[in-house]
Amino acid sequence: MTHPADNALPEDKPLVLDGRTYQSRLLVGTGQYRDLAETGRAIEASGAEIVTVAVRRTNLGQNPDEPNLLDVISPERYTILPNTAGCYSAKDAVRTCKLARELLDGHDLVKLEVLGEEKTLYPNMTETLVAAEELINDGFKVMVYCSDDPLLAKRLEEMGCIAIMPLGAPIGSGLGIQNRYNIRLIVENAQVPVLVDAGVGTASDATIAMELGCDGVLMNTAIAQARDPIRMANAMRLAIESGRDAWLAGRMPKKLYASASSPLDGTFF
Amino acid sequence: MNIELNGEAYELADQATVATLLDALALHGKRLAVEVNEDIVPRSQHAEFRLQAGDRVEVVHAIGGG
Repeated sequence: MTHPADNALPEDKPLVLDGRTYQSRLLVGTGQYRDLAETGRAIEASGAEIVTVAVRRTNLGQNPDEPNLLDVISPERYTILPNTAGCYSAKDAVRTCKLARELLDGHDLVKLEVLGEEKTLYPNMTETLVAAEELINDGFKVMVYCSDDPLLAKRLEEMGCIAIMPLGAPIGSGLGIQNRYNIRLIVENAQVPVLVDAGVGTASDATIAMELGCDGVLMNTAIAQARDPIRMANAMRLAIESGRDAWLAGRMPKKLYASASSPLDGTFF
Repeated sequence: MNIELNGEAYELADQATVATLLDALALHGKRLAVEVNEDIVPRSQHAEFRLQAGDRVEVVHAIGGG
């Protein structure tokens, strides 16, 4: 499927997180799919190498032979990124991360998110800062979901978070990148990877995030809730690659007025 | 004795360990994590860790999520 011209392009430097190198800059969630088979197919189509999971109580008394998410999304093949979704306090988030580390045999890469309220699922940044500090001191590698405030983003980086993940819009809203200016500022100030996490609705939203210079995008609902999740996963893969290439290529300057693209010399009229 | 297991009352034999609890639940060998009274019980200690009456036990696993 590779276009011949692609071969002529200089190689991009890969995404590096916690010392591991990734070719894909698309990170995907595993929630809201019809079943595990669809989850597996969508993730395959997305090309993602980092996949988020949630940590919840085991359903006791259910058929114990029922397939487990980690049988489909195997930790041998994918980097599993446990999240703290649903946590509204630093305490719950830290507890969740510790359980995740035990669950994944000491794997200490986590996506920290501490929510503030149900209506917007906006991050509670004071609790996020408390949790981030505690987790970092405990040896976790923290990728942090946060508001798009450039100063807080920098603070999280200085504390030792390994990736900054501002929201583009509220989780599950599909509204796209609402504050391009802030995302741009966060990218410009950051020495660690910046990934837009939450808010992407369709392929062009993902492209915009990458055109702003983000190192990657994390999404779930935009793929899972599309009419055809597998096709949307593929669209997102291409959108991320397109946006990344556009960012590397450097866009033309915007101008207020037209400027002819055909020469004016040699006209015969 | 009675413990609280994933938020619900649960009856099990005195002297039970985390390992015997997981066996009783047919969860032995599954990819999960166990917490007792909000402290992790590492897999390596499941066989020795004795549960006490009134313990709050959480057994968790990974599910789909963003």
